[in-house]
Amino acid sequence: MRRQLPILVVFISGIFMAIQYFVPSEPAEFVQEYAMDWVIVIGVFAMGLGLWSLTKVNWIKVQRQTPGWGYNLVTILGMVFMLVVGLIWDPGLGFFPGEKSQVSGTWFMNFFWYIYLPIQTVMFSLLAFYIASAAYRAFRARTILASILLVTAIVIMLRLIPLGAVSGINQWLANWILIVPNMAAKRAIWMGVGLGMVAMALKIVLGIERSYMGRD
Amino acid sequence: MIWVIAFAQEESPLPPSQVKVKDTPNDNGHSLTITWKSSPDSAKILGYEILRSDSPDGEFKVVGQALATDTLYKDKGDKEKESPNYFPSHKNFYYKVRAKTDGLSSESEISLPAYAFQQWYHAGKTPVLVAVLIFSTLTLIFISKAKKGKELYVRPLAGIGAVDEAIGRATEMGRPILFILGLGTAADIATIAGFTILSRVAKRTAEYKTRIIVPCNDPIVMAVAQETVKAAYMDAGRPEAYEEKNIFFLTSMQFAYVAGVNGIMLRERTATNFYMGLFYAESLILAETGSIAGSIQISGTDQMSQLPFFVAATDYTLIGEELYAASAYLGREPLLLGALKAQDWAKGILLICLILGTIFTSLHLDFFANLFKFSLE
Repeated sequence: MRRQLPILVVFISGIFMAIQYFVPSEPAEFVQEYAMDWVIVIGVFAMGLGLWSLTKVNWIKVQRQTPGWGYNLVTILGMVFMLVVGLIWDPGLGFFPGEKSQVSGTWFMNFFWYIYLPIQTVMFSLLAFYIASAAYRAFRARTILASILLVTAIVIMLRLIPLGAVSGINQWLANWILIVPNMAAKRAIWMGVGLGMVAMALKIVLGIERSYMGRD
Repeated sequence: MIWVIAFAQEESPLPPSQVKVKDTPNDNGHSLTITWKSSPDSAKILGYEILRSDSPDGEFKVVGQALATDTLYKDKGDKEKESPNYFPSHKNFYYKVRAKTDGLSSESEISLPAYAFQQWYHAGKTPVLVAVLIFSTLTLIFISKAKKGKELYVRPLAGIGAVDEAIGRATEMGRPILFILGLGTAADIATIAGFTILSRVAKRTAEYKTRIIVPCNDPIVMAVAQETVKAAYMDAGRPEAYEEKNIFFLTSMQFAYVAGVNGIMLRERTATNFYMGLFYAESLILAETGSIAGSIQISGTDQMSQLPFFVAATDYTLIGEELYAASAYLGREPLLLGALKAQDWAKGILLICLILGTIFTSLHLDFFANLFKFSLE
């Protein structure tokens, strides 16, 4: 019963949502919106679960003073600090600022704009260097396929640069690569993904795939 | 003086004609579609205004605007009675269309009344329904065949074959395995596919007594992942080896998550990294860090834009549908393999349709392509 009940819930919900896709009427819309509201409610409660998990995992490491425990302490302090200035107290707004703390100029937003965002930007900017290193590995012409990839990449990259007389030919070749072989491969993958998604959904709705429920 | 006479002689544009109103098909009953024949002076008009009233003698109010080239307008409102834009069902409305030039205008005749009503079937999605029914039937046929014990052949996938090898490597090295479920929510099909693979991998790690770390980006994903791993450990007969602290919530912010996961890779020196689910710009940063750390990496995603990054930076990549098929490959259960076989057949049918479509369309015979036309509106 412990496993059959979730499977039954999945089956009924899955069949209903599949039918709802083909029914544009108001009652079907209402039930779908109601179900989506439930997802939001569960999401809000789960955020509490996430906070609990984050605190517990980091606190255990601080307590046991595992290597690098200082970072765990910073995580906990940062989380508590942002919770306090966002929900309970802000020097400019007093106690329980709530939504007011999202106005620019408040402590909460200052920390967001001037500490969190620059750090996030630094992480994102690392991508440029990683692209270079990954490209170096991928384009090493050690096999025929890698050589084709290298030549193709050069043609595609050079289409953005004026090359005088050969510019027109390069533009034409690059566009052909993008529109014909590249698009054909993309569409093939999209079709496979679409079929795979339907198959996966069917397997879950029919209770055939239940490994995520612990049934092997 | 000549200019004044010329201005005075400018005439209103001729009005649009044949204004017709009908219920908008395939909707929830809060919209009407208005069509008209363009004004003969369409070259000089700037656009049209759509006017609505609930009686032919009542006041007509402007409800929308259309371009000079348009001959159709959908007057759509909200279904909530409290909304200022509420559009009632089953109530007659009359429409006029006003052609406008710079300062002058002319109005069409008043249309016949029409009311909006809801539909119980979206006719525009019929090709989708037919395709789903064919595919579902194929799946059920192959599952039934598999149930009867028929041997089904499925082509081998390199990425799947490497899973056991990767777990074995981690066991030999005495280092943990990292399993990343991406940035998707528990409702995303790629994440669900990730759970099914996690279940299989966790069962093997339980058997080999290898630690598995699953940092999560979403609290619900974390809760499902914890249950998945716990159940896998129970299935493997080692419930005591399960440690909840290894499946935890990291952060829901994209690059903060990347920083956290990269830290885990470098500190824990994970022997094997799995990336299974929905990934965005973080994919390459994660995979490159794993590569630098010397981990064996197996990735799988249905995100087209991230596939090249994974192909370049990880050892094996499950491309698109292979991610969904991975669980069946790992489990080798006949029922799951039956569903895989149905996918292969559906691909075959698609291929035939594509070839036929290309031939017919090249011969200017559009009937075949028209069979596949659908509308999501």
